[in-house]
Amino acid sequence: MKRLLRWSALVLAIAAVTTWLATGAHRGWTQTEVSVKTLDEVTGLEGITTRPGFMAGVDFLGAALAVAGALAGLSVFFRNPNIPEQTQTLR
Amino acid sequence: MKTKLIPLVILAGMAGQILADPLAFDFKDPKGVNNAVFKLDAPLEAINGSASGISGTITFDPAAPAGTTGKIVVDAKSLTVPNPMMKDHLLGAQWLDVEKNPEITFALKQLKNVATKGNETVAVAEGTFTLKGTSKDLNVPVKLTYLKDKLSQRVPNLKGDLLVVRANFAIKRSDFGINPGAPQDKVSDEIQVTLSLAGAAAQP
Repeated sequence: MKRLLRWSALVLAIAAVTTWLATGAHRGWTQTEVSVKTLDEVTGLEGITTRPGFMAGVDFLGAALAVAGALAGLSVFFRNPNIPEQTQTLR
Repeated sequence: MKTKLIPLVILAGMAGQILADPLAFDFKDPKGVNNAVFKLDAPLEAINGSASGISGTITFDPAAPAGTTGKIVVDAKSLTVPNPMMKDHLLGAQWLDVEKNPEITFALKQLKNVATKGNETVAVAEGTFTLKGTSKDLNVPVKLTYLKDKLSQRVPNLKGDLLVVRANFAIKRSDFGINPGAPQDKVSDEIQVTLSLAGAAAQP
């Protein structure tokens, strides 16, 4: 369990940072719409249309890293099953 | 006889041009290009958004631009920002309260300081801006471009003229009661507005 929690935390942290970087390392809030500008050649005006698109923000990154930290912290409370419990006897 | 009539016909045509009625331009754009962009640049956060639900009519006389009047209407529900939670807040009761205030309007009374060069007119639009139920008189620098007989290039089945309106101005959200208690380091009090509009005056 300890190992599972630590690996989960590591995978989550790497996935979050990778997603944040891959979607543009946006330093604002997470966006679920992307603006697309189109030029109207007759009037010279720039039209703006929106389409669905995901851009991870610092809130996404922060939440994912917080959960990863919580998983890693939780792992402290579990024993590693590979190390047998040692008992000391005083003589 | 014919040679005497020709100047008369030309004069009559010129008089007709001078005395022509102002043209009514409809700003409900079938191509969906018309937009209003707003920007709030606070120290901690910049918020950018746009609105596309634009309609209204402007009456413009190319021979006398100063007499331009009309009204531009923005459907408040068409305002959008890229973050869904922020959009919910923006349209909600604490901010724009679009259920009670469904329209943002600018009623143009007249153009001042008019300077026309070719088909372009630069002026200051004097009018009343209404947002969230509060109206304020504003003087907005505008640039109008009159495109005669260009409507058919945008809408093939229609003949007529186009009027392009560009404007940049700033308002304060506290003047219009838009969540005045919100921290200004996160949400700027000043809202920069950019209008890019094209209206059509179709001929029968």
